[in-house]
Amino acid sequence: MTTVTAPAREEGPAVDATSAAGTRPTPTGNTTRQRKDTARKWAEIGLFVGPALALFLTFVVYPVASAARYSLFKWNGVQQFSEATFIGLENYARALFGGTDPATQAAFRTAYSEPFWTALGHNFAIIGLSMAVQLPLALLVALTLNRRFPGRAIARTIIFAPYVLSEVIAGIMWLIILDPNGIATRMAGAAGITMPAGGWLESQTWGFWVVFFVVTWKYLGLAIILFLAGLSGVPQELQEAASIDGASWWQVQWRINVPLIGPTIRIWAFLSIIGSIQLFDMVWVLNKGGTTGQYSTIASFMMQVGYFRNDVGFGSAIAVIMFLISLVIALAYMAVMLRGDSNSAGKAR
Amino acid sequence: MAAATDTLAPQARRTRPLFPRIDGGTWISVGIALMAIAFTLGPILYLILGGFKTQNQLASDPVGLPQPWVWSNYADILTAGIFWRQLLNSLLVAVGTTVGVVACGTMAAYPLARYRFRGANALFVLFTTGLMFPLTVAILPLYLLLRDMGLVGSMWGLIVPQIAFGLATTIIIMRPFLAAIPHELEEAAFVDGVSRVGFFWRILLPLARPGMVTVGVLAFIGSWNAYLLPLLLLTSGAENMTLPLGVTVFQGRYASATTSIMAYTSLAMIPALVFFLILERRIVDGLTGAVKG
Repeated sequence: MTTVTAPAREEGPAVDATSAAGTRPTPTGNTTRQRKDTARKWAEIGLFVGPALALFLTFVVYPVASAARYSLFKWNGVQQFSEATFIGLENYARALFGGTDPATQAAFRTAYSEPFWTALGHNFAIIGLSMAVQLPLALLVALTLNRRFPGRAIARTIIFAPYVLSEVIAGIMWLIILDPNGIATRMAGAAGITMPAGGWLESQTWGFWVVFFVVTWKYLGLAIILFLAGLSGVPQELQEAASIDGASWWQVQWRINVPLIGPTIRIWAFLSIIGSIQLFDMVWVLNKGGTTGQYSTIASFMMQVGYFRNDVGFGSAIAVIMFLISLVIALAYMAVMLRGDSNSAGKAR
Repeated sequence: MAAATDTLAPQARRTRPLFPRIDGGTWISVGIALMAIAFTLGPILYLILGGFKTQNQLASDPVGLPQPWVWSNYADILTAGIFWRQLLNSLLVAVGTTVGVVACGTMAAYPLARYRFRGANALFVLFTTGLMFPLTVAILPLYLLLRDMGLVGSMWGLIVPQIAFGLATTIIIMRPFLAAIPHELEEAAFVDGVSRVGFFWRILLPLARPGMVTVGVLAFIGSWNAYLLPLLLLTSGAENMTLPLGVTVFQGRYASATTSIMAYTSLAMIPALVFFLILERRIVDGLTGAVKG
């Protein structure tokens, strides 16, 4: 960096800039000049970073910090916060095992704790299924589309299209398709599957799987596009050399392409896991996680209790739990990344 | 490239081109691609075609082409005004968010990329933690904050927080972008008496345009598709809603008129799909760039 190197002295941002500019620099030389430069530099930094920092602190940091604070209170969000009751970690206890009060524990366990664990179980089931189903499927399609054949560009475009649609609009589309009198019932009937009682979404056994299918429809394209981007970075010579040495197409894919896009796969896995933990829009549009919460997620549970049942304290505790899970995953990912990168240093991305 | 290709005899390259032989494998590829396309496109086509049917047609023949084509579902929506109003709302919010994110984010990325000052790294880390705080985690307190500020029901209540939550990605993408611009340019500009602010406006911004387009496109899509914040903020009448929210309200209100909902939903898809077709390259670059950066 060739920008002015500041002396180690701290100056408040945006101070002195005008006064320094207003007073003529005395010709005594370096020190005044330098100080003026520094003040000016801080003013510029303040000018450039200021708006973003103010917005970020007000609308990101402050609400997140507030969520942590509210989670320690019994508060409905309607009354003044000063009237809220401090209850320590009771909201967390209520979510995890029904709370510490023996009088209400059993009731709270059914009302809060069980739905919470059910929802969290769904989040993790979606993570597991993404890795077990979406990953191989997306890899297969990406490797296929990486070959040259007529219409490849169009195929890529179409397959990626659902990703840019809003989850809400896609969700409504699937609501129509999955309507008990809709096309899903008819097509399944043609395949010899009868609709479960109550409909595809309301069924305790089918609901979750149907929602996972819809989520896969929406997000498979992202995985495919990311993998294709990774594959385009694999040096052609490697594949060429291997195929000249007699490797079959499958061997080339399995031995060369898949290992070399490892970093891309890891990134996708990370995005997918974080997205699965925070999954909300789609689930909410599909009847708010189901009438009995058969495919609820922690985010939909949080909204149900925190906003629509005015239990801001409890909802905030769920939000904090959601954040902590994301944080642990992010840290784990970084650890894996760092180890992986030091192992594969020098390899192509 | 050179090292590997040099070892190949020229005729070997001619007789064995890389993969484009039309053999069994190619047909398998085409088959898999077709299946993926059917999986992707089938539901969307069903929806669009359904909008051209009457309720009875849909019930008797859900899969086939409309017989005859009914234009009234689409025509009614396009002439009613509420759809256009919601489209305009979505557009205003998305444009406001995009301009704000790109402006604030690029400005903030500039000193972080090219100034050396105490706390620069801490500041950058602070912004990147924004990635860890999705809107979902902050939504309850954010809603209360906006309520206290009197921003519930207003476009600004959407735009301003969306800018704030878009900053992390923007700064993460823009910082390396701005840092990569050669220092010789900066030195030359300073020698010519351009101030640092002038350098930012007159030289850096034009050079940073590709990066700004990328982050802008991401911000636009994010805002266009947003649901949670509009769900809480825009509760007062369909004419104030953005398009995704409007679709849910329409769906709830006319629950029995399935083909109308299909038409409304199809129309609501079009802007995003057109935007995507025009800017596909940018979107893909942005996503892969954001992911790698």
